[in-house]
Amino acid sequence: MSPHEEDVLGRAYDHRLMRRLMGYLRPYRGRVLAAVAVVVLDAVVQLAGPWLTMQAIDNGIRHRDLGHLDRVAILYLAVLLIGFGLGYLQTQIMQSVGQRVMMDLRMALFRHLQRLPVSFFDRNPVGRLLTRVTNDVDVLNELFTAGVVAIFGDLFTLLGILIAMSQINAELMGVAFSVLPLILIVTLTFRVKVRRSFRDIRTRLARLNAFLNENLTGMSTVQVLDREPRNFEAFRGINAGHRDAHLQTVFYHAMFFPMLELIGAIAVSLIVWYGGRQVMWTGITLGTLVAFIQYTQRFFRPISDLSEKYNILQQAMASAERIFDLLDTPADSTAPALEPEVAMAGGPPSLDGGFRGHVEFDRVWFAYSGEEWVLRDVSFSLAPGERVALVGATGSGKTTIASLLMGFYRPQSGTIRVDGRPLEDWDLHALRRHVGLVLQDVFLFSGTIAGNLRLGDDRLSDETLERAAREVHAHEFVSRLEGGYRAVVRERGATLSAGQRQLLAFARALACDPRLLVLDEATSSVDTHTETLLQEAVERLMQDRACLVIAHRLSTIQDVDRIVVLHHGRVRETGTHAELLALGGIYDRLYRLQFMSPTRPSSGHGSGSNGALSPPDSQIVDTRIELA
Amino acid sequence: MLTNAVALTQPHVLKLAVDDLYRGVTSGKLARYAIILLLIALVGGAFKFLMRHFIIGISRHLEYDLRNDLFAHLQKLPLEYYQRTRTGEIMSRATNDLSAVRMMLGPGIMYMVNTVTVAVVSVACMLAISPRLTFYTLLPLPLVSLTVWFFGDRIHRRFEQIQAQFADISARVQENLSGVRVIRAFTREAREVEVFRGMNHEYLLRNRQLIHVWGVFYPLLGFLSGVAALLALYLGGREVVLGHISLGSFVAFTVYLAMLNWPVVALGWVINLFQRGMASFRRLAEILDVVPSIQSPARGYRPGDRNGADGDGRGRGAQIEIRRLTFRYPGAEAPALRDLSLVVPAGHTVALVGRTGAGKSTVLALLPRLFDPPPGTVLVDGVDVRDWDLHALRARLAIVPQDTFLFSATVAENIGYGVAEGPRDQIERAARIARLDGDVQRFPAGYDTLVGERGITLSGGQRQRTAIARALMRDAPVMLLDDCLSSVDADTEEAILAGLRGEMRRRTTLMVSHRVSAVRDADLIVVLEDGAAVERGTHDALLALGGRYAELHRLQQIEAELEAS
Repeated sequence: MSPHEEDVLGRAYDHRLMRRLMGYLRPYRGRVLAAVAVVVLDAVVQLAGPWLTMQAIDNGIRHRDLGHLDRVAILYLAVLLIGFGLGYLQTQIMQSVGQRVMMDLRMALFRHLQRLPVSFFDRNPVGRLLTRVTNDVDVLNELFTAGVVAIFGDLFTLLGILIAMSQINAELMGVAFSVLPLILIVTLTFRVKVRRSFRDIRTRLARLNAFLNENLTGMSTVQVLDREPRNFEAFRGINAGHRDAHLQTVFYHAMFFPMLELIGAIAVSLIVWYGGRQVMWTGITLGTLVAFIQYTQRFFRPISDLSEKYNILQQAMASAERIFDLLDTPADSTAPALEPEVAMAGGPPSLDGGFRGHVEFDRVWFAYSGEEWVLRDVSFSLAPGERVALVGATGSGKTTIASLLMGFYRPQSGTIRVDGRPLEDWDLHALRRHVGLVLQDVFLFSGTIAGNLRLGDDRLSDETLERAAREVHAHEFVSRLEGGYRAVVRERGATLSAGQRQLLAFARALACDPRLLVLDEATSSVDTHTETLLQEAVERLMQDRACLVIAHRLSTIQDVDRIVVLHHGRVRETGTHAELLALGGIYDRLYRLQFMSPTRPSSGHGSGSNGALSPPDSQIVDTRIELA
Repeated sequence: MLTNAVALTQPHVLKLAVDDLYRGVTSGKLARYAIILLLIALVGGAFKFLMRHFIIGISRHLEYDLRNDLFAHLQKLPLEYYQRTRTGEIMSRATNDLSAVRMMLGPGIMYMVNTVTVAVVSVACMLAISPRLTFYTLLPLPLVSLTVWFFGDRIHRRFEQIQAQFADISARVQENLSGVRVIRAFTREAREVEVFRGMNHEYLLRNRQLIHVWGVFYPLLGFLSGVAALLALYLGGREVVLGHISLGSFVAFTVYLAMLNWPVVALGWVINLFQRGMASFRRLAEILDVVPSIQSPARGYRPGDRNGADGDGRGRGAQIEIRRLTFRYPGAEAPALRDLSLVVPAGHTVALVGRTGAGKSTVLALLPRLFDPPPGTVLVDGVDVRDWDLHALRARLAIVPQDTFLFSATVAENIGYGVAEGPRDQIERAARIARLDGDVQRFPAGYDTLVGERGITLSGGQRQRTAIARALMRDAPVMLLDDCLSSVDADTEEAILAGLRGEMRRRTTLMVSHRVSAVRDADLIVVLEDGAAVERGTHDALLALGGRYAELHRLQQIEAELEAS
């Protein structure tokens, strides 16, 4: 459908990427060296078999020396046992190193993600980032465990065979290796062909997945437009393209492996012919001949293995590139460093100097992108202990102010000061510990109710949590849940109602007992009983602390010290409820619009809900699929 | 099979060559042996090529068919299925699981055939050389199957545990990223990292358990086949010394045994492929076995069936009737619509207004049977929508949904998405009525500009206008507009409505809107509250009534004033 080709396949081998990847092996240098040693030893042991067979035939069987045969047999058994031990060690060491490197990489990515600016997450869908942390890392696992060390193994096996052959009979080796140019030609041709088809396959697979994903996401649109037959035809075409790209490689693969075997057979035939004559004329032993035949056969296994590794390498490079791209995205410079020891041993935030919660917005301009200003020249202040409400129509920039204060975004111009200190100079971690944020869209984590109230802060005792919950009327419904505070919360709190989620968010904020509360009141409609509960809870929450409230409730508005009216990103009016009403300006109209209607207005913030005709959740959750 | 049979003659020639060598031979005879060996390899290679090409090729064709079937089935599943199933979940089955099934049918079967034939034939050849020796060398064989059975089971279980932990890790990352603001606000980053580390550690431990089993399993298979080789060497050597078999037979025997070596190791792999393949096939079958809850009836009603009906009824629209409709969404307790009755005569326009969640969009979703209404409650041209042929029914509807889904195609293709072919002049005409033409002219490639994932991103208003143009292209007797002007400003709304009115006159229109300005010209306005009709009448009548509609009108006037200030 799209004429675009995915040109993100990259090269099969990138020196820079490889160097960086290998850097992750450095902490395990000792173990990797041990693995290499084991692999080399294993290669040597593998080579002992044919040699022992030669010994058995030449010195044992032909001389009818059963004692010698016994000795060879015992040696053979020893070799097998050693081989078994080495095989075990090899798997054990390499796989566990691989797993550790994976863990290191995942941790590095996860930690980096915790430090990226919030705006980064606006631009990058969660599904894609998830793929980085899970699947791309997993692809590298194969490189580390099956790739790097096994390549050593293959190379050493080849080298070992060469040495063993040259020791036994250099001339015969020359004969056996006369087929080497043939191997080279076949392997190189195969590589060139397969590389091209490999690109083709990746492109077609990406297209197939993109088409499928798009159709699944927009299925109801496809259905009401009655387009299933035509999309099926299109899918069939893309699917066939994908199949044919594969069939192309099937041809090359089916050619390659038998070709290698054929070349092997040529080598064996040469040995039989040439070596056989030598047996007759110059007295090479029969055992030598048999050993040579066995060595030749073993020679081809690592070669076909090596070309197999090529695929692994190519996929790994693509994944590595994406992982490093993410790791190279600059972190928020003011983001707190994540030294786990410090953070865990942090204890209660030190209050020396005292956090007073004086907030000042000084001529702040802000746009999420380009020149589309959301805030224009916004100035206002919040004295310690003062309660200020932000009021304005949807899209007037209220929520943005909360995000800026939390340090999620940075204004393009102007300054935000907390306690007289510009936000840039704050350790955001320290700042956020004093500020409680309640978002309109309450986010609950899967786990328990208690876990969601505590949010991992172990200093909060169960009693504290329950007290907080009681005060905001959350205890009532929590105690009715099966398991009470231990009740299971599903992903995003799917089993709880909007009102219950709000109450939990209040309890969460209250338990932290912040000096400054930033509250974005929800506009979602709830029944009257819940509405009363919410109102009382908000009042309790606002008691005795500085508050910046994005207000939607009349009770909240009437309680605050000052109201700041935002309109189209500008501060248009400031004053108390009574003053502003008397003014008869924007606030007066807003007030009538938002707070006086018998049914809460559905205009303005209605279109966000999921209509029945809207496509289902389009988030790409699965991660094994890279839509290029 | 033939392939393997041919390959297996190779050791026999070797045997002859070695025996001859032992007895003394001419170089001419040696050359002949060499050439025979080569010929055997050539024929064997050709067969191997054919086998690979054949079996793997078939597996690709099967994969293709299975994927087509899956897609065709997915197309039949109703909206409700997509609302309760995550897209990622379906994608994962359509890709990962499908490919696991393919691996089973292709390489799995190929290596299986390989293993079995090589085993059978080489054992037969070995038996021909020396039954006693064969018996001894195959002594480790039961141990091999025991090993495979013992470890296969354990590997499977540990693998499942690893997958479960991996799923947990994925879920954790997903949650962490989705809840980034909460985590930042509550300064929980370090804690999150700690928890994540713990989960990763658990993953590492579980992997180690697998590695442990794995580390024993594969070398053990190699060891056992090595023991067989050892027995052959030792016992076979004795047999030669004792004169029971010739040296050539002995060499051939060891070569046969060596041939068994690889299939034994491959066996573990093949079993793994089959286990994964079967598990994945079950997961695919789960989708294929879902019976579409909304299907076209066996002999559905098509307009042409009835004598006297004027084909598709174009030019005057179709009549819509809703009779005492009470509707619950699947799994919901409270009804979304309560006892709603409504008639839209052909060519008329009816508007539904009300707050979010009042059930307006639900009415529109029932007409094309995105959800199924109870029998006899929703009728088009006097026929229950459930009795209509589904395609014929949907062909009579042009729908503009609340959220527009655009496909990654050109603007023109998106506008013409609902019709078999869309001539450019018609597309441009539709775009003009929807007031999209001005925007399109500013796009880099006009109507050929790509939108969606790899093209430009349209604004909310542009998307809605594209959807309107798309619906106009359908030229269907019924138009369903679901709050389709919410993202455009008042002036554009007025301009679009002016253009649409001409179209609406020729059609039956059912529209949903939040805005009084969009519905004021409708023949009938119905105010919904909690799924029930609470007011109905024309704009003027409802204003005169002074109820909810009048209140909505007043508020929107204030809003307009506010916007202007």
